[in-house]
Amino acid sequence: MALSRRTLLGLAAAVPASAALAACGSSGPGKSNGGASYWYLNGQPQEGVRAGAVDAYNKAHPKAQIEDTTFENDAYKTKIKTAIGAGKAPTIIWGWGGGTLRTYAEAGQVEDLTSWFDEHADVKKGLFPSSFGAATVDGKIYAMPVEVVQPIILYYNKKVFDKVGVKPPESWDDIMALVPKFNAKGIAPFALGGQSRWTNMMWLEFLFDRIGGPEVFQAVIEGEKNAWSNPAAIDALTKVQELVKADGFIKGFSSITADSNSDQALLYTDRAAMMLHGAWSYGIQQAEGEDFVSSGSLGFMTFPPVEGGKGDPSNTVGNPAQYLSISSKASAEQKKIAKDFFATGTLQDDEVKKWIANGSVPIRLGIEKLLADAKGADFLQFTYDVASKAKVFGQSWDQALSPTAAETLLDNIVKLFQMSVSPKQFASNLNAVIGK
Amino acid sequence: MSSLTSRPPRREPRSILPWLAVPALVLFVGFAVLPLIGAFALSFTTWDGIGAIHPSGLTSWREVLTDPGLPHALWVTFLVMAVSWAVQTPLSILLGTFMAGRQRYRAVLGVVYFVPLMLSSAAIAIAYKALLDPNFGLGAGLKIDALSKDWLGRPGLAFGVVVFVVSWQFVPFHSLIYQGGVQQIPKSLYEAAQLDGAGRIRQFFSITLPQLKYTIITSSTLMVVGSLTFFDLIFVLTEGGPGDATRVLALDMYKRGFQASLMGPASAIAVILVLVGLALALLLRRLGGRDAGASQLEGA
Repeated sequence: MALSRRTLLGLAAAVPASAALAACGSSGPGKSNGGASYWYLNGQPQEGVRAGAVDAYNKAHPKAQIEDTTFENDAYKTKIKTAIGAGKAPTIIWGWGGGTLRTYAEAGQVEDLTSWFDEHADVKKGLFPSSFGAATVDGKIYAMPVEVVQPIILYYNKKVFDKVGVKPPESWDDIMALVPKFNAKGIAPFALGGQSRWTNMMWLEFLFDRIGGPEVFQAVIEGEKNAWSNPAAIDALTKVQELVKADGFIKGFSSITADSNSDQALLYTDRAAMMLHGAWSYGIQQAEGEDFVSSGSLGFMTFPPVEGGKGDPSNTVGNPAQYLSISSKASAEQKKIAKDFFATGTLQDDEVKKWIANGSVPIRLGIEKLLADAKGADFLQFTYDVASKAKVFGQSWDQALSPTAAETLLDNIVKLFQMSVSPKQFASNLNAVIGK
Repeated sequence: MSSLTSRPPRREPRSILPWLAVPALVLFVGFAVLPLIGAFALSFTTWDGIGAIHPSGLTSWREVLTDPGLPHALWVTFLVMAVSWAVQTPLSILLGTFMAGRQRYRAVLGVVYFVPLMLSSAAIAIAYKALLDPNFGLGAGLKIDALSKDWLGRPGLAFGVVVFVVSWQFVPFHSLIYQGGVQQIPKSLYEAAQLDGAGRIRQFFSITLPQLKYTIITSSTLMVVGSLTFFDLIFVLTEGGPGDATRVLALDMYKRGFQASLMGPASAIAVILVLVGLALALLLRRLGGRDAGASQLEGA
């Protein structure tokens, strides 16, 4: 025995962490019974619609089954990467397109669907054209756009606004003027699930756009040197810190996670006046906020302009759609099922109706009448207009960037909101990962 | 052939004995040594976890060693280790000594103290996260101002909460070790002390504590080396936040590897973790002195 006991003790204690690094991601359904596997996000009401589409497909195709597994949002982002890297990806990979899809495509892990879309032109023609941008890498389509369009929306609680006797903000200065008024009444001006990090990022996405226009972030994507040091960027970063300093966000925002939906709960329980959040938030508030939505207490608007800013107030950011890719490691049989599911199982009439009932706008063309007749038609019409009339519909930054750059971004955003980095430091930290 | 059967069977167990270690050894090599070698090899590569692995020499090491995140993570890891040791050890010794008594009620309390150890770290973290929620937690629900602080949102407080929850979870385990240690101290020592007129407190400091020396070293080794790998609890409770206030080395490794897709630097950190763990384990053995194996009981 060359290894002494103490060496073994040390190894035994310290190794599991590194072992975890090397051995992770070997579980999961993988390629089990010949049918196709499909991983997507849980959380109602969206989960029910996704599961419903799979069930309907399985019922119609008893010989070509799809086996679905669900994951929590933040956990899924890591899980799916690990599974793909380990060669254990599901047949159908649910995602947000953009930078993450690019890493999959460049590694040859997902099927090139360009020729399939050429053969099935009718599938492509039935969907919002804007949804294909984030599915395309170097001119080739690697994902099928599905589900709904999700711009980021500024929600507000009308009851609270009436109580304090103020009007929704029409400019950044209005926002800053509202902050002390709500704080004086013991109501948080803005709800925020800051531990999830991308929640804070939405603020920067809008401020960058409103102050400097979409070119500012576009320069980052295009790998321009020192793009984060643009004066408009520094101005936006400074403004966010001013809002934090003025107690614009709910007390304890850095320990609130968006996956728990407590940020939404703060809004519908009248403890916060406003919240910047994705269009999916409407469905959650409708499902969990009792009569908050049905009584008409939930107000919604686009992010207001910033005085002297260059960005068009119609510009928005968010998720142009959700995306399904096919693992290149899947068997021919599985790929066939997946493609058939894309063509005949996604955004069918029944699924479209369910999305609309949840307050979401599906990316299928020609649904205007369905939207107008639905419950909550005003919100649906609003989302549809925001999405279709936006001069620029930017993709969420963490999805548009590569995972490496996105992680640095999210990390620094938290520090920015914690006031532990200055706007200048933030810019220089991020300039260092441009193009990575 | 008959000579074989007539051989005395006595020797057989001895020749089998080393083979009994084989299953454990296979598992250890398969799940500890091989991944360790793998992580070491990966630390000299560039890999995003998805595409091809490219050898890149010392790039990852250079990146990790020049990153201010590393000394910070090491410092946080050290703080968690030191503070949670300082909190847990006295508590565990006192509780262990208390539970070592023969009275029935002490045994009942001992069972109660044991409860936290039976819960998984993730469950504990989720429960505490809910209790400490500044808006929907215990403090806000019961309208107790002292409790409705931003526990997990301020760097200092979040660190304190992590240490508290870690201690809450592991004090029972270490109490159990001390309970066993105390029960092994020969009664005669206490009887002699009583005859010499030593009170309970004097007995504790002059007999119990010195006799527990090696139990303290065992328990401390487990605490210190174990605290290097605290991951699940901190990950669920704060995710290393706010900012990087509770980002220990193991979390830093995970975030680099699986969130930022930088497997090379993450593997370098994994190797550093192993080295730190080995160094600490060796150091603690040294503190135990050369006669660590010797008996501390009667006649020692």
